[in-house]
Amino acid sequence: MTRRAVARALVYLSLIAATLVVLLPLGVVVLTSLKTENETANGSGALTLPRDPLNFHNYVTAFQDGGMLTAFGNTAFILVVSVGGTVLIGSMTAYAIDRFTFRFRKLVIALFLIAALVPGVTTQVATFQIVHSLGMFDTRWAPIALYMGTDIVSIYIFLQFVRSIPISLDEAARLDGANAFTIYRKIIFPLLKPAIATVVIVKGIAVYNDFYIPFLYMPSQDLGVISTSLFRFKGPYAAHWETISAGAVLVILPTLIVFLALQKYIYNGFMRGATR
Amino acid sequence: MAHAHTHLPPPRAEQLDSEAAKTVSKRGAPAPAPRRARTWRLLTPWLFLLAPLVLLVTFTYAPIANMVAYSFTDWDGVSPELHYTGAENYTEIFTREDLFQVFWVSGYYLVASVIQIVAALYFATILSFSIRFRNFFKGVLFFPSLVNGVAIGFVFLYFFQDGGTFDTVLGLFGYHTDHAWLGTPASANTSLAGVSIWRYLGMNFVLFLGAIQSIPGELYEAAELDGAGRWHQFRYIILPGIKPVLTLTVILSVSGSLSAFEIPYIMTGGATGTETFVIQTVKLAFQFNKTGLASAAAVVLLLIILLVTWVQRRLVPDDRVDLV
Repeated sequence: MTRRAVARALVYLSLIAATLVVLLPLGVVVLTSLKTENETANGSGALTLPRDPLNFHNYVTAFQDGGMLTAFGNTAFILVVSVGGTVLIGSMTAYAIDRFTFRFRKLVIALFLIAALVPGVTTQVATFQIVHSLGMFDTRWAPIALYMGTDIVSIYIFLQFVRSIPISLDEAARLDGANAFTIYRKIIFPLLKPAIATVVIVKGIAVYNDFYIPFLYMPSQDLGVISTSLFRFKGPYAAHWETISAGAVLVILPTLIVFLALQKYIYNGFMRGATR
Repeated sequence: MAHAHTHLPPPRAEQLDSEAAKTVSKRGAPAPAPRRARTWRLLTPWLFLLAPLVLLVTFTYAPIANMVAYSFTDWDGVSPELHYTGAENYTEIFTREDLFQVFWVSGYYLVASVIQIVAALYFATILSFSIRFRNFFKGVLFFPSLVNGVAIGFVFLYFFQDGGTFDTVLGLFGYHTDHAWLGTPASANTSLAGVSIWRYLGMNFVLFLGAIQSIPGELYEAAELDGAGRWHQFRYIILPGIKPVLTLTVILSVSGSLSAFEIPYIMTGGATGTETFVIQTVKLAFQFNKTGLASAAAVVLLLIILLVTWVQRRLVPDDRVDLV
């Protein structure tokens, strides 16, 4: 019995240790973001409390001088358009593949399957040339097109859902005179709601956090998304940890709020998205 | 598939009326062409697939084809001139030591992903049993995987800074050091790999947890009646139950280690021997205008990742990969 109690204590100890490891670096950054320039510079250590815990001065600096407002605007625009596009494209592809028999169907499926194995980071050297030649370089359309065009996982999620919708529904609608587009719009799409929620969550978080694509394709200052704008803090604020920390907290905060509000859906979304 | 004609409701009167109205209007139109209807029906799936296929070909297959073509040239990415150089770029990658050393850096991330998977498996297992504050611990472990990579990079730059969080915490335990954590290649790479564990552990953990929870509970009860301890339950129930997810995680970790980019690029920019394969390729292509050489490097990385996936699929045949 004592052995069991010791084991139990060790389990809790490991969980508490893990919690500290996760929360300490984040907590310190929150503390730092509330300190003044003097406080971070005088070497009093990272764990000291800020003298004025309501000092939001650094947040104002990060928001105004760091261009975070433009960044949130750009991110929101790219996020809405590309997530919307991904939902449309993924559901249309899934519908066509699952509900129709046509020539080269196997080939089309193979094309999507093989593409899923190719990690996007490897092909950017050549993708860059294509994006450039299409005139999309340094516009918001470059990331939008790339996010929409290369998401195989969401097609897969939609495919599993379309398959679970009974064909009898399509047939009933067809007898009512509905054509394929009406069936997609009025029957399939509304029934895909759980899949749409999954794709919106998984894709939305991926787009919000992406650094690589906006970094490569949108070098202009005014086209900064939150990742690239925050990254630019590194130059002018190099030694100003209080400003950099405020910027990081500004970026993390929306994620935390969304996570706390939608916990259940987020867990489900990621489990579904990754076990494809 | 349920071709449930029998479940169809009998057509209602007004539907029949509208059907009749349609026939009438059709009869009024000049000669309904059955061939056009057939073409239309054959065309329908392609109309749905048009946009997805155009995007797929433009942004996945065309780049791969171009990349392979560029890899045999000395193109700089801008000038209209380029020369065919045969396999020269490939020889350069494997013979120039400074280019090849990025593979050793991947080793740090590979080791990190082993630790990460084991730790994720441990936490998923203990949190699948009844534990106080279960949801809190679950949320805390998972949250880092949702956080923006640039923010994580900055959080840990401060963490490893001289007199930063890490030094301060070590100081609390009476260990005072002025070791620059990001100052030497071995220490910097270890630190960066540690950050990548911090970042990605939660995702693995949640996937494992989901898989463990989908194992029917009776199995544990039966095992407990048979006197099986926690270790035996793990070994004979949990481990086989999550095998598909575990295999998937292993492939993703290997390809993730080889293509590590964000954390090292944001934190050190590839300085002090922390350059990874992708950082090097990005630098070759976009800073030094060596598109040909960068393409060859990318082709090599792509082939390695495809090979790993293939080997893994051969070793652990997974019958759930059928898309059709």
